[in-house]
Amino acid sequence: MSKPTWKNPIVKWIDHRLPVFTFINHSAVTYPTPRNLNYFWNFGSLAGMVLVILIASGVVLSMNYSANTEMAFDSVERIMRDVNYGWLLRYVHMNGASMFFIVVYIHIFRGMYYGSYKEPRELLWIIGIFIFLAMMATAFLGYVLPWGQMSFWGATVITNLFSVIPFVGDAIVTWLWSGFSVDNPTLNKFFSLHYLLPFVIIGLVFLHLWALHTHGSNNPLGIDVKGDQDQVPFHPYYTAKDALGLGVFLIVFLGVVFFAPNFFGEPDNYIEANPLVTPPHIVPEWYFLPYYAILRAVPDNFIDVWGILPVIIPAKTAGVIGMFGSIILLLLLPWLDTSKVRSAKFRPTYFWLFWIFVIDTIILGYIGAKPAEGAFLLVGRLATLYYFLHLLVLVPLVGRFEKTRPLPDSISSAVITTGSNAKEGS
Amino acid sequence: MFKKALISAFILILLTGGIYIKPVQAAGGVVHPESQDWTTNGLFGFFDRKQLKRGFQVYQEVCASCHSVRLIYYRNLAEIGFSPDEIKKIAAEAEVPAGPNDEGETHNDGEPIMRPAKLFDKIVSPFPNDLAARAANAGALPPDLSLMTKARVNGPNYVHGLLTGFKDAPTGFKISEGMNYNPYFPGAQIAMAAPLSADSVEYADGTKATVEQMSKDVTAFMIWTAEPELEERKRLGLKVMLFLIVFTAMLYAVKRQVWAKLH
Repeated sequence: MSKPTWKNPIVKWIDHRLPVFTFINHSAVTYPTPRNLNYFWNFGSLAGMVLVILIASGVVLSMNYSANTEMAFDSVERIMRDVNYGWLLRYVHMNGASMFFIVVYIHIFRGMYYGSYKEPRELLWIIGIFIFLAMMATAFLGYVLPWGQMSFWGATVITNLFSVIPFVGDAIVTWLWSGFSVDNPTLNKFFSLHYLLPFVIIGLVFLHLWALHTHGSNNPLGIDVKGDQDQVPFHPYYTAKDALGLGVFLIVFLGVVFFAPNFFGEPDNYIEANPLVTPPHIVPEWYFLPYYAILRAVPDNFIDVWGILPVIIPAKTAGVIGMFGSIILLLLLPWLDTSKVRSAKFRPTYFWLFWIFVIDTIILGYIGAKPAEGAFLLVGRLATLYYFLHLLVLVPLVGRFEKTRPLPDSISSAVITTGSNAKEGS
Repeated sequence: MFKKALISAFILILLTGGIYIKPVQAAGGVVHPESQDWTTNGLFGFFDRKQLKRGFQVYQEVCASCHSVRLIYYRNLAEIGFSPDEIKKIAAEAEVPAGPNDEGETHNDGEPIMRPAKLFDKIVSPFPNDLAARAANAGALPPDLSLMTKARVNGPNYVHGLLTGFKDAPTGFKISEGMNYNPYFPGAQIAMAAPLSADSVEYADGTKATVEQMSKDVTAFMIWTAEPELEERKRLGLKVMLFLIVFTAMLYAVKRQVWAKLH
């Protein structure tokens, strides 16, 4: 791909001094992309779009929001009732968060299925996990802002988790609260951070893309690109494909916004926060439910039941370690997975492990919404155990012993020899 | 083939995840309310303004003695079909603190100076604050109704079930002092006594005021107070969907054409 020559004199003048046009041309127009990416590769660009939608709607919402415990709830209702199209902005923002997680979860699972985290894309994956962590923090902070019952009690439960940190835990919780309970200073702080973190995410996304464009996209076959015959320029092929994906996505997203805007929400959050009344079930937003299940899965007297830890760890501490560990562990996935073959297409055993893992996380999500008692608790514990078993034991072992299927010579040969595959790969 | 089925199943589960999550919170209630045929349901949902006016009448003559709708202004009543003159009359029946007069006084002999409410005032609440409300209701707090149908699982059906669900407690069920049996309420005991009885109100439009009718009307009114944008939202939504479907079909054609060169 040679350096483009610009005809427009203004473009030429600017590009000579600051090559933005060359940069855009390289990374979004001529950027060579494997020709066989399937529709699961749409979700990366979709996530970027949702991030932009969230920031744009959020900036406008913040112009009408009051981060004060006396006014927050009513200011949100004022947006819903008296601000022109305020209801649309808020429902787009609120459901945009849910959509962001749906899109990103599919994006992450796609990476797991096709081994996109393997050499040389380990850092790309790790940056991605940091984006995910920043997203979780932002979503949590944002959920507190409307100052409903779930906002308040969710904030109380989640910030209290930090009290398990040895010695300084309680001090950290006081520091997070800027006081001795979740109150006005906490709300102010959370609003500020909720506005800040999306821009941190943008920075991380920039690094994510930089790392991506250094070695190019992985592909459904998981084999390296061998030459020009394996690739197509990003534009018009993937701009057209991403645009189609965006269209379909917007139908789903705006369908929810206009016709079921509270589908993902908690009715309790339409009751103003009241520190004196605890809701019967405190449940996080749906996208945190698997982690909530892990948090609550660890039994009391951990040591008596499992007999493996050398010191007694209270259930709460162990639960918090499990919850954060379940995400931190993903950072190590490139090294936990010992297989040299990337795509699950050529890994008959891992293929099944992957789908069982997906089902396991769905079970965890289901359990997270249930009260932690009886059969739910038991299933939650088994599912939690399997989550860690999968990442820590099965994935490393399978990579060592699995007999993988033979890999095709190149992307183009695989696409051209099997006609039906060629269709599927578009 | 099998893999494709698995993948689609997975996406389906992700997208419908919320459905499985929903019934969980409903577990607090004792009986699940029956689904009613609200005019606001569905893609073409709309407000039946005659019904909303009746619902407001029920609210004003029955509910308003204990329950507020603090997020609603008198001016909002124009949205459900009241004329400006009617609203002015409704507003003038209530009083609000007048604020400082020419001498800068807000109180006269310790009593706040009052003036009739106007269009720009919020609908006056029955009690000045929560404590006063509790004091007048044997310790129970009558909740604000502005967001009621959004603040309960399956809100509209729940409210209607509750309003029509008062009955004698089954034998063996222990009712606390001053409480009433209602199987739709979490715990089946509620401080509110059955608020509606036949002909509690006399409808201006001649509709027969059965308990069922009044309950439906006032619930419809509460759907409006909770989601006054509902009608506009669904109308705009249909246009947006129509546009997106056509637009996406065109994007599909573009994509096919671009990729045709490659196949």
